[in-house]
Amino acid sequence: MSPVFYLIAVITVGGALAAVLLKSVVHSALAVTGAFAGLALMFLSLDAQFAGFAQILIYIGAVAILVVFAILLTQGSEILTDAVFSRTWLAGFVIAAAVFAALGWAVLQSAPVLPNVSAVPAVTVHDIGVALVGRYVLPLEIIALLLTAATIGAVIVAMHEKEAAK
Amino acid sequence: MTPLAGYLLIAALLFAIGLAGALTRRNAILVLIGIELMLNAANLNFIAFWRYSPHPEALTGMMFAIFSIAVAAAEAAVGLGLVIAIYRQFHTTDLDKITRMKG
Amino acid sequence: MIEKMDQIFVLLLHWLVSYLPASLQAAASTLLSVVVIVCLFPALFAFAVWMERKGLGRIQNRLGPNRVGPFGLFQPIADGIKSLTKEDVVPLIADAPIHFLAPVVLVVAVFMGFAVLPMGRNMVLVDMDAGLLFYFAMGATTEVSVFMAGWSSRNKYSLLGGMRAIAQMISYEVVLLLSSVSVVMIAGTLSLPKIVEAQNHYTWGLPHWYIFTPWGLAGFVMFAIAATAETNRSPFDLPEGESELVAGYFTEYSGFKFALFFLGEYLAMFSISGIATTLFLGGWSAPFSFLTWIPSWIWFFAKLEMFIIVFIWMRGTLPRLRQDQLMNFAWKFVLPFTLLNLFVTALWRFMGEGWERWVFCSAILLAAYVVMGRVGMNRENFRPRSYRYAE
Repeated sequence: MSPVFYLIAVITVGGALAAVLLKSVVHSALAVTGAFAGLALMFLSLDAQFAGFAQILIYIGAVAILVVFAILLTQGSEILTDAVFSRTWLAGFVIAAAVFAALGWAVLQSAPVLPNVSAVPAVTVHDIGVALVGRYVLPLEIIALLLTAATIGAVIVAMHEKEAAK
Repeated sequence: MTPLAGYLLIAALLFAIGLAGALTRRNAILVLIGIELMLNAANLNFIAFWRYSPHPEALTGMMFAIFSIAVAAAEAAVGLGLVIAIYRQFHTTDLDKITRMKG
Repeated sequence: MIEKMDQIFVLLLHWLVSYLPASLQAAASTLLSVVVIVCLFPALFAFAVWMERKGLGRIQNRLGPNRVGPFGLFQPIADGIKSLTKEDVVPLIADAPIHFLAPVVLVVAVFMGFAVLPMGRNMVLVDMDAGLLFYFAMGATTEVSVFMAGWSSRNKYSLLGGMRAIAQMISYEVVLLLSSVSVVMIAGTLSLPKIVEAQNHYTWGLPHWYIFTPWGLAGFVMFAIAATAETNRSPFDLPEGESELVAGYFTEYSGFKFALFFLGEYLAMFSISGIATTLFLGGWSAPFSFLTWIPSWIWFFAKLEMFIIVFIWMRGTLPRLRQDQLMNFAWKFVLPFTLLNLFVTALWRFMGEGWERWVFCSAILLAAYVVMGRVGMNRENFRPRSYRYAE
């Protein structure tokens, strides 16, 4: 595969590893932002421009900022005195390694029968728009309801409880 | 190894790293970061299969990925609101210390 | 002859690139266009800095800089030399890698935004199908750099300024996106050159720019307000207000890094003015049909400079908004008005040609503006202003 693919893969996996292994929470948040950017580049290399730009706009522009705000509101910038990993860290790593082994084995076993149409799909944003209000209109409306409920829910959950403070 | 297999392996690796982060870190926010990584790995899987499928004009994979991005953003918002509420109650985000249901 | 003047840069590019073998021509053409953009916009930035200092000076009843060169025209060069040779001070407890990367991320993200701007007929660097979405994605990336700058300095003023700046940018980003969605609805495409093409028609000598429609005017005003807030320009510049927070999130930066932040801010102003002209003012098309002989790139840059002059004018004239007033304004007035504008745009599109849609849409927007304004100003009591002069 092309060297561009390896470069993007290194950025993405490196960012993800840094996010999981670094000591400071803010450094992890910035590393995972790098991983999101690497993923957006992967989407672009897969000719999914709309998904790639939406990934940058939503994940880097909104989710990463949310994470960073939450870190600052919960004082994540204090100097850490405790250990970084929890008491059950070995079990967690073993489970993750087992999951990767299972998935990797499944991919490599099925490599000969994977579809491999290499023609670039001629999909424009217009097609996506038509599909969204045509075939996928029901998921679109449900997502609208979900986002409204999530916004109201997040505000209520994080609101200051004025009665309990007394 | 076909290009699709390469993308699927990267997605599996990201999923495993996200799972490791969600299972082993102490800070609640890092658990949420791990969950976001897992969702992103699944998105990569969808887009990779969409690109190399015989009928990409059906747009199923792309739609799934776009809806998944929207849902993940909503879930991150609610999850971080919960983390802030828990911090206000227990004054810590260390998951090993939040072991009681009372509060 | 007129077409040659209009396309002179495109023809120059083709001629220069034709000296290379065919396999390298595409890459060389892109590289040359990138070099031109990277050299042109900082040059415009230097001119804008001079214009700002002179303009602000005149508004404040004083001369601006007038020592260095005729009318102070070489002042930006003097400023550049100063910032390049100043000592780069990094605080001891600052987070050095993030402190270093913040201006880099900002400048890279802002330069990427220029890739989709159509600066003239056939003069866009990359004609992407989802060009507008790419521009907003790059705008969202600048917020990460603001956070990096504010946090890495380990300074309460920087952190506070950074958080305020990000909160303001996120709120107004929603307004920015929604006001441009109404343009996308009417033009039917996210690609910026095609949006300009859709506005390039004339009726009785007047152009079909979207600003001359009721929903376009409302959308343009909302977009301009959001653009001023996105680039942290006065009257929304509390995060970097000199009298409030020293210098906000770039307090601890000195020398070249400060110059990079300054450059990034002005370039963001340029690119968002470019997008505003493309979406609402018809991009590179001429205002009257008898003026189309003037080259398209002259019109684009003239409109861009007009925006910059209006930004400078607003900075010198309007007082600063407080943070809570700013956020209230965004969420309680501008955002509902923008949503209503979307609805009115749809009404416009489906009512068909004729005078009815003009009257109906203008009436809805005007009524909403008056009603929401009254509701918003409900709690203030506006007495006639009284002055006391020092005797």
